[in-house]
Amino acid sequence: MNLSQEEKAMSKGELGEAAKWAINHQIEVGNFFDAEDFVSVSNVHMMVDPESIGVAGVKFFENLVKMNAKVRVPMITDPRGVDLDYYRPLGQTEEMADIERRTIKACSSMGILMTNTCVNYQTIMAPLYGEHLAYGDTGVVIYSNSVCGARSNFEGGPSALAAGLTGRTPRYGLHLDEKRKPTKIFTIKYEPNELTDWGLVGALIGKMCGSYWEVPIIEGINKIPTSDEIKHFGAAMASYGSTPLFHIKGITPEADNFNSDDLKDLNYYEIKSTDINSLKADFGKKGDKIDVVVFAAPQLSIFEMQKVAELCHDKIFKVPVLVCTSPQVYSDALRMNLINQIENSGAKVLQGTCFYNQFAREIGIANGWVRLLSNSTKIVNILGGYGYKPALANMEKCILSAVEGKLL
Amino acid sequence: MRVLKCHKGIGPKVSGMVLSANDNFSARYDLDRINGVFSRPNHKLFGKSYVDTILVLNESKGGVASAWMLYEMIARKMAPKAILFNKANTILAQGASLASLSICDRFEDGDITSLIVSGQNVLVDPPNGNVTILSK
Repeated sequence: MNLSQEEKAMSKGELGEAAKWAINHQIEVGNFFDAEDFVSVSNVHMMVDPESIGVAGVKFFENLVKMNAKVRVPMITDPRGVDLDYYRPLGQTEEMADIERRTIKACSSMGILMTNTCVNYQTIMAPLYGEHLAYGDTGVVIYSNSVCGARSNFEGGPSALAAGLTGRTPRYGLHLDEKRKPTKIFTIKYEPNELTDWGLVGALIGKMCGSYWEVPIIEGINKIPTSDEIKHFGAAMASYGSTPLFHIKGITPEADNFNSDDLKDLNYYEIKSTDINSLKADFGKKGDKIDVVVFAAPQLSIFEMQKVAELCHDKIFKVPVLVCTSPQVYSDALRMNLINQIENSGAKVLQGTCFYNQFAREIGIANGWVRLLSNSTKIVNILGGYGYKPALANMEKCILSAVEGKLL
Repeated sequence: MRVLKCHKGIGPKVSGMVLSANDNFSARYDLDRINGVFSRPNHKLFGKSYVDTILVLNESKGGVASAWMLYEMIARKMAPKAILFNKANTILAQGASLASLSICDRFEDGDITSLIVSGQNVLVDPPNGNVTILSK
C-alpha cells in the first residue's frame, strides 16, 4: 500500500503503540484485498458484544487502554450483550456481566461513545451520500451504503477499532466505484406490505446473491418503503447473503447511475410470492408451541415501539415477550409512556441490547427456550445455529401467538 | 504433491488435515464455539469438530461477529488451524489478521471445495499464496 508520512510514522510506532497495532492491522487487511492506499473516515461504528469478544477480547481492549489508546474520530457502538439493569432474570451470569462492564470501561477510556445501537442511522446521525465510513453491524452497513449512498465495508470489531484509532480505513471493496456496480438483476413480482414481508424479500435476494462481492439491482418495487421497512429488507439481505449493498431502481440514490449497457450482461432473477411462501415455510407452522417471542434485529424504532405498545394493550401473555430497542429510543418511549404500555402486559423492554448477541445459546438453555417466534427474518436465520427452532410471523401475529402460547 | 496457487493470504504457514464442504461459513451462525463443532442443522458439516483442522469452504457469510470470535476461539485453543475459501469476505480476513489465523482465498485452479477433500493433509502457505496437497 502507498502510505502517507503520517501512516508510515504510525506503522513505526512514532504515534504510540496503539496506533502502531491499528495501522499495521489495517495494512495487512488492505494488502489482502489489494488496497492501494487509505481513505479518511468521518466516524466509526463498532460491534463489540461480550459473547463475541469473550475474556480474550476484553484483555485485548484493556491492553490497548494501557497503551493510552484514544480514538481520533467520533466512534460509537453496536448493541451490548447484557442489559446491566436486567440480566439475572434472563439467566445471564455475573461472568457475562463482568465482561460487559470491563468492555464498557475500556471503550469509554478510549473515547468511544457507548451508543449501543444498530439503528444509528435512525437515532444518532444519518450518513451522507459519498461519505466514507468504517461501520460494523451488517444491517448498519447495508442501510448506510444502499439507502444513504455512503461508503463502508463490513468492518468487524477489530478493524472498526483500528479505524477509530487511525481515523482511516484501507481503500478497498465498497470504497471503490468499481465494487459498487450491480452484478445481478432482480425483479420483484410480489408486493411486500409488512416488515416481515420486506425481510423475506431481502432474505431471498441475499440467499441468491450468496456473496459479499455481489451487488443486486432490484426492479419492480413500486412503493417507496419506510425507513423501518427498508431496514428489515437490508438487514435480512445482509444476514442471508453477507450482502453489503443493493440498489433499487427509482428509490435508492445510486440506482440510476447505471445504464442499460452496465446491466445487459448480468444474470436475471425473479422473486414471486411462491418463493416467499417457500422460505416462510422453513420457520414454523400453525399450532406450533412457542417458548418465547422476541422483537429485535434490528432494534426497534420509535414507530415500531408505538405499534408494539398498541398491540400489547389489554393482552396477557402465556410466554415471555422481549422487546429490544436502542437507549435513544428507549428514553423517548419511556417519556411517551410506551414502555409502561408494553410492560403492563408482562412483556419486557431491554435497552441497548439485541437478543441474538445476548449469549443466546446460554439464555435459551437457562430458560428452556427452544421455539422462538419473531417478526425479524434476520433473527430467525441466525438462531438456528444456537439451538433454537425459530418461527416467523408478522408483529400482530407474534403478539396474538404470545397470548395463546402457540403459533396462530 | 500438488501445489494450488491462490492470492497471498494472512497468517503463518501451517499444515493439517482438511475438513471440506461446498458450504459457506460464519462463526456466529454455524458454530457451537464452546464444544468446537458445527451446530447449524442444515450446514453440510453439522456435528463435525473443526478444532485444529484446515477448514475448506466456499465463502464467508453472515455478520461481523466472526472477526472477534476467531480471536476468542484461538485464545481458548478451540479454533481451526487455517481456513481456505473460494472468496473470503472482509470480516473473516479482518478476524484472521487479529487472531494470526491462516487464511487464503481466490484459487487459480477453480473451486477449492472440490480441489481439496476432507481427510487430505495439506500445507497452507499464506505469505507465498499457495497450498500444497501432501496426501491423496
